[in-house]
Amino acid sequence: MAAFGSFALLIALALAAYNLLAGALALRWLAAGQPRWIQISPERLADTARRAGIAGFAAITAAAFALVWSVFANDFSITYILEHSNRALPAAYKFSALWSGQEGSLLLWAWLLGAYGFVLRLTHKRDVKLYAYAGAILAAIQVFFLAVLNFAAPPFALFKGAIPDDGNGLNPLLQYPEMVIHPPMLYLGYVGFSVPFAFALGALMMRYPGEKWIKITRIWTMVTWLFLTCGIFLGMHWAYAVLGWGGYWGWDPVENASFMPWLTGTAFLHSVMMQEKKGMMKSWNVWLIFSTFLLTLLGTLLTRAGLVSSVHAFAQSSIGAWFVVFMGMVLAVCIFTTILQRSHLKSEHQVESLVSRESSFLFNNLVLLTACFVILWGTLFPILSEYVEGSKVTVGAPFYNAVAVPIGLFLLFLTGVGPLLPWRATSLKSIRRNFVLPVIALWVVVIVCLAVGVRPWKGSVFDQGNFYALVAFALAAAVLTAILSEFVRGAAVIAKQSGRNLLAATWLLTRRNTRRYGGYIIHIGVVIIVVGLAGSAFNRSVENEMALHDKISIGPYTLEQIGATQDSNLNFNSEYALLDVYKGGKKQFQMAPEKRVYLASEQPQTMVAIHSTPSWDLYVVYEGTNPDTGQPIIKAFLNPLVGWIWAGLVVLVFGTLVALVPSQKPAAQKGGQP
Amino acid sequence: MKPSRLFAFWMKVAPWIKGTPWIKGTPCPILFAFPPRRTKRVGNHEPKPASYLGSTSARFSYWMKAVQACALAVAVCFSLGATDASSRFNDLGHRLMCTCGCAQMLGECNHVGCPESGRERDELSAGIAAGKSDKEILASFAAKYGATVLAAPTTEGFNLVAWIAPFAVFGAALLGAVLLVRRWANVSVGKSQTAAQVSDPATDALKEKIRRETGSDGGF
Repeated sequence: MAAFGSFALLIALALAAYNLLAGALALRWLAAGQPRWIQISPERLADTARRAGIAGFAAITAAAFALVWSVFANDFSITYILEHSNRALPAAYKFSALWSGQEGSLLLWAWLLGAYGFVLRLTHKRDVKLYAYAGAILAAIQVFFLAVLNFAAPPFALFKGAIPDDGNGLNPLLQYPEMVIHPPMLYLGYVGFSVPFAFALGALMMRYPGEKWIKITRIWTMVTWLFLTCGIFLGMHWAYAVLGWGGYWGWDPVENASFMPWLTGTAFLHSVMMQEKKGMMKSWNVWLIFSTFLLTLLGTLLTRAGLVSSVHAFAQSSIGAWFVVFMGMVLAVCIFTTILQRSHLKSEHQVESLVSRESSFLFNNLVLLTACFVILWGTLFPILSEYVEGSKVTVGAPFYNAVAVPIGLFLLFLTGVGPLLPWRATSLKSIRRNFVLPVIALWVVVIVCLAVGVRPWKGSVFDQGNFYALVAFALAAAVLTAILSEFVRGAAVIAKQSGRNLLAATWLLTRRNTRRYGGYIIHIGVVIIVVGLAGSAFNRSVENEMALHDKISIGPYTLEQIGATQDSNLNFNSEYALLDVYKGGKKQFQMAPEKRVYLASEQPQTMVAIHSTPSWDLYVVYEGTNPDTGQPIIKAFLNPLVGWIWAGLVVLVFGTLVALVPSQKPAAQKGGQP
Repeated sequence: MKPSRLFAFWMKVAPWIKGTPWIKGTPCPILFAFPPRRTKRVGNHEPKPASYLGSTSARFSYWMKAVQACALAVAVCFSLGATDASSRFNDLGHRLMCTCGCAQMLGECNHVGCPESGRERDELSAGIAAGKSDKEILASFAAKYGATVLAAPTTEGFNLVAWIAPFAVFGAALLGAVLLVRRWANVSVGKSQTAAQVSDPATDALKEKIRRETGSDGGF
């Protein structure tokens, strides 16, 4: 199977190279005319390139299949399988071994890129020439990844020496259900940004007339953005459930690397509306997509090359130089094309007022890009510091909390303000009319929060966390009011015209402009997520050694230890405690936090017990036993509003799906006009 | 910032702020934020004309005062800096890293049998008990374990760049955007005046038709 996989990868590289060269040549001949001695027409040559791309996907699929087959067959003659699997590994995790190491995840990247390219090439009739450009650019990216897979990080490299009976096993951190979904989802997001990049660069190269390419690119970007969003949140949930420190976001460099393209992608999805509506910010939009793609490469570089220390150290290697060179080439092509086609990027209109919908998009972009810069800066500063001063520093949560959180809150503020401003310019009267309700909601929440004890001080000490939470709650209320008032205002007009009830009118309103109201639903999701994140300011924890029938209390809960025991299977040994949880003196449920030691890797792993309610999560960690007394040590956290984060994600996903559905045409247009 | 330092800062700054209310020669932050209604003016101040009320200048003045009041309220919040040992321990525990390699903050390290965090916690408690300032404690940790023990860069030397750069970039970008929009706004006023004379409705309609047919289906 190793020989088959290697051969399939080599064939895939040859096909991608043909796709690139034949595609580029055909497009060149179409643009500048073809030499007389060439018999084949450019159109036919382009079609062979397209078919080569489709065949290339089949070849990469064969290679990926070969690797998965080898994992299930326990073929430890392949070094990758030996290092990332073992006989006792459950089937689902054997499958996830595909992306648990560098070679496998690069193969996954290439396969996903092939899959996206496959869909793109099948739908080429939508705009043959634009798709031919995009296909050739995707082929160029594919050539890079397949070259790395064939020459720098071969997944089918054979083990030298006597083949061991069993493998080293999968990293325990990855043996968790979400790890079967989180990396592919994240990669779907990462890799997916190659497609809008290819369309943007292709459209710029061919001086595409009109804004149709923007529409195509926007849909691809939204789908990709959705995958990346889900990937990031799944990663957060994995960190929350597995790492056992009670949090979900640690500003780890690799977390940051996934967040940066999300920020620039989000900025693009907003500013692209300016281009569609007004023909503005063409150059800006093109560069947002270029930057997003470059940031996905940077993310992979950070993950794979180990430039910065991270909890994602399980997939490090020395392919950094390949990525740096490729990023340099991509940047050079982008700059060259922009300079060459600069006249095509001239804006047709410009922002006419500081207080308008256009300027709110501009400032929204500014804040998103500043947030991206802050995160990039914080991630790379240790390297910079080492270079300048000769010693590394840590850039951790205190830095990001001080710098990124205020920027995030400002962004939330703009989320509320932007949709309330009309296009072009606004009057003081309309500002007053639109902002009265949100401002009232803001102050009501401030007063309520202060009354119930959410105050920016504890005793006589200023509490930064509480302060940010108070601001977040207040802004969330204002933004939510602003969005809901937009819905109500629009629905009331429809209800008045059509005689429907308000709920039906809201549904019709959303159907008529899915992009707009889908966007608002996404904003509601963001607000819910922010409320959940703000809850972290009120996290509490208690840690205790617990003998049988010992109790600890946290918030309204009392935990009683009713047993500590051990278990084992072929994959791991485990110790766990059984805890009865009481609330108001009545037993509510039982929890069983666990600690495992995986046999193949001999590494320990926490399995947190979580009881989630809308108000808070009761989060219990089995920290091991006291070596002196042999009693289990239990740490319990009460984390308010965490469930809101995951609920917000659901709303956000729903909003994105709504925005992806085409709007319902008004009856007059449906009937068909001459 | 301690209240005394804040007050000293206020004493320096207040005289330079136009319109500061004074009580017996002392600038009063509260009156500054909420100036009393004046029924009559004395001295050389000319009463404002009726047109001033509701004018852009008057609105700007009140908005400025509102902004200043908010800024002052935030500053007062930040100045409430009294400290007790447990909150200092918690605060400092979240400004230091555990050095065992777990990449967690000292206050959050949950490794049973961690070879480092217990010792570091003891050192932190001892430092607080000895009456050392936060700065001294952090400096002693950095001297013993290296700069990576601090969870964030210091505000000295090259590390200061880490803190300044984000705000500098944001400020510059914001300023640049505001200036650009203002310039565009001025240009568009000029253009619209010219365009009003030479505008061809047929061309405008054709452009709008092209735009509709080549892409946009609404959006925001």
